[in-house]
Amino acid sequence: MSPESYVILAAVLFTIGTVGVLVRRNAIVVFMSIELMLNAANLAFVAFARMQGNLEGQVIAFFVMVVAAAEVVVGLAIIVAIYRSRRSASIDEPNLLKY
Amino acid sequence: MIGTGAARMADATQIAPVIQPLAEATGVFSYLWLLIALPLLGAAVLLLGGRRTNRWGPYFAVLMVAGAAVYAVVLLVGMLGLSADNRAIGQTLFEWVFVGGFTAPVALQLDQLSIVFVLLITIVGALIHIYSLGYMEHDPDRRKFFGFLNLFVAAMLLLVLADNYLLLYVGWEGVGLASYLLIGFWQYKPSAAAAAKKAFVMNRIGDVGLSLAIMLIFVTFGTVVFDEVFAMAGEASESTLTWIGLLLLLAAAGKSAQFPLQAWLLDAMEGPTPVSALIHAATMVTAGVYLIVRSGAIYDGTIFALTAVMVIGVITMFLGAFIGSAKDDIKKSLAGSTMSQIGYMVLAAGLGPVGYVFAIFHLLTHGVFKANLFLGAGSVIHGMHDEQDMRRFGALRKVMVVTWLTFMAAYLAIIGVPPFSGFWSKDDIIHAAFEVNVFVGVCAILAAGITGFYMTRMVIMTFFGKPRWPDDAHPHESKPVMTIPLIILALGSMFTGMALLFWGDIIDWLTPVTGLEQSPLPFPTVLLEIGTLVVVLIGVAIAIGMYRKEVPVEAPQDVNILTKAARNSMYDDAINDVLVVQPTYSVSRAFIGIDNRGIDGVVNGLAAFVGGSGERLRRWQTGFARSYALAMVGGAVLVVVVLAVVRLP
Repeated sequence: MSPESYVILAAVLFTIGTVGVLVRRNAIVVFMSIELMLNAANLAFVAFARMQGNLEGQVIAFFVMVVAAAEVVVGLAIIVAIYRSRRSASIDEPNLLKY
Repeated sequence: MIGTGAARMADATQIAPVIQPLAEATGVFSYLWLLIALPLLGAAVLLLGGRRTNRWGPYFAVLMVAGAAVYAVVLLVGMLGLSADNRAIGQTLFEWVFVGGFTAPVALQLDQLSIVFVLLITIVGALIHIYSLGYMEHDPDRRKFFGFLNLFVAAMLLLVLADNYLLLYVGWEGVGLASYLLIGFWQYKPSAAAAAKKAFVMNRIGDVGLSLAIMLIFVTFGTVVFDEVFAMAGEASESTLTWIGLLLLLAAAGKSAQFPLQAWLLDAMEGPTPVSALIHAATMVTAGVYLIVRSGAIYDGTIFALTAVMVIGVITMFLGAFIGSAKDDIKKSLAGSTMSQIGYMVLAAGLGPVGYVFAIFHLLTHGVFKANLFLGAGSVIHGMHDEQDMRRFGALRKVMVVTWLTFMAAYLAIIGVPPFSGFWSKDDIIHAAFEVNVFVGVCAILAAGITGFYMTRMVIMTFFGKPRWPDDAHPHESKPVMTIPLIILALGSMFTGMALLFWGDIIDWLTPVTGLEQSPLPFPTVLLEIGTLVVVLIGVAIAIGMYRKEVPVEAPQDVNILTKAARNSMYDDAINDVLVVQPTYSVSRAFIGIDNRGIDGVVNGLAAFVGGSGERLRRWQTGFARSYALAMVGGAVLVVVVLAVVRLP
């Protein structure tokens, strides 16, 4: 299997994740889509590492995973806090920061 | 009869002016700066000292000017001891301006021309100061008055003693300022305040001419010091000299109330009469003549500018004479006379080396008899409790004898009856005018006739005839503090001409500075003098015939068009309004419009634009998280596309 197919797969996953972020209304699902995007990026990095014959891409993938984990912690904490005060997990509801 | 002295033979003479080396001020001359410092000190003490100086201030001021007068006489005696070509003394006080190649020191130059002016200013000024002690006795602001008078004397002395054009300009501005302060002395009178402003603004127009002339002189000659400029005057191109001459003429016209800047002089009579006597008769208005004569070396190179000077002189000579003939206010009539007599001086100055000396000679005699006339008029006004309309005078010779006699002495002097002073100087000018151009000479004689007319009119309306004053007016003679200066000036009016000419040899005295040219006339001089006298007597006779009988208390309304025009000062205010004031207002309104609508419009429009676009842009803040996400995705796609397009080839 050529590494190019993995890159294409990564692109497809990224697109699916983007669409998920834009379309879904539930905050948890949006986060899942963001995770999907991050994982797609990871896959792309690893595939490129293989294509280039060095390990830099895999190292960056580790970094990305750590960052993703931290971001999930913070994001889920915010969503839980919002759910506690509003009883709703929709990302359309809190729209007070507007003109 | 045109003077004595070796220079005045009947044949043609031509004496070139001499650039006299400036001797250092030593001995009796070393306190030259005192001449200016004394009145300046008087002004400073009185104006800065405030009410504390109210009691003794006026006397201090009189002392300062009298001291300057005494020192001026001492200086004259000192100069007489020097040889005729070597009478210039210079004293540098300090370096004032030194910028690159331009230096202008505060330096004084005393030569034959300046000393006669200094003597006129200080002596006549001292007499007028003494007179003012009586005239302004009841005025609560008299201390300020004397302070301003001293300031004027100081500035005028600076003007005539300066050795370079820039310092002369300082004195020039100073006398303009003092004139403004003194005309508007009773500033609570709106007419006085307006007159002061008018005088200052019209003077300012002349000052533009002087500053442009100074700039042009510096650009052409690299210096503004008199002696250096005059030594190089022959090397400049004629067109440059013409421009300098015309600009100097503009300055002189503004300061000396010549056409077309003459409208302020009649309004200037709003000031107290001593002011009219000192500033607007004897000294400030003669500053223009001084400027032209001093710059003789420049004018010698440009016939065009000289002719322009002469033409302005002739026009003003007639203008002033006509105006003086129709005014009923005694001071305004005298103002018209001043305008006319200075026209004579400017005419003489415009004749070139033929007439410079005589212009100054007439300036000196005129200073004395015109001050006499104004102070006499002041005495009359004072005695008639501030009434100035001659139609309410009449038969005052029985009540105010000294005033009448001194006034008559000056009257005979101004119309040019021998052997009084005006005869000598005016006939010299007429003689010089005929040497240049017959038409100009005839104009000068005609103006002398009109002078005879309006002065006789004034004398008859004021002193002769039947009394026309109201019953409750009690005209009385003035106090000695006012009549003694009158007597002294009357003696001057009678004898100054002869004294200067025969005993003082004024022509020879001034010639090293101004130069002299004379050519004989085709007819004997005596004929000219008799002819002038005849024309004058015709003018006198016409006035006697018109005014000897009834003088209506109210001015008659059905008069010919010339009289109507003369009563309105030849419509000079209307002409100035149409030519200058209204266009200036229009330009000013246009600029205001540009500023309000244009510039403010641009700035306000910019602010409105920023506000408006902000108003629209804030609608992007929807608070809707998913639209922000879409914007981010859109931006990312855009970046990728741009990168791809850029990197692809």
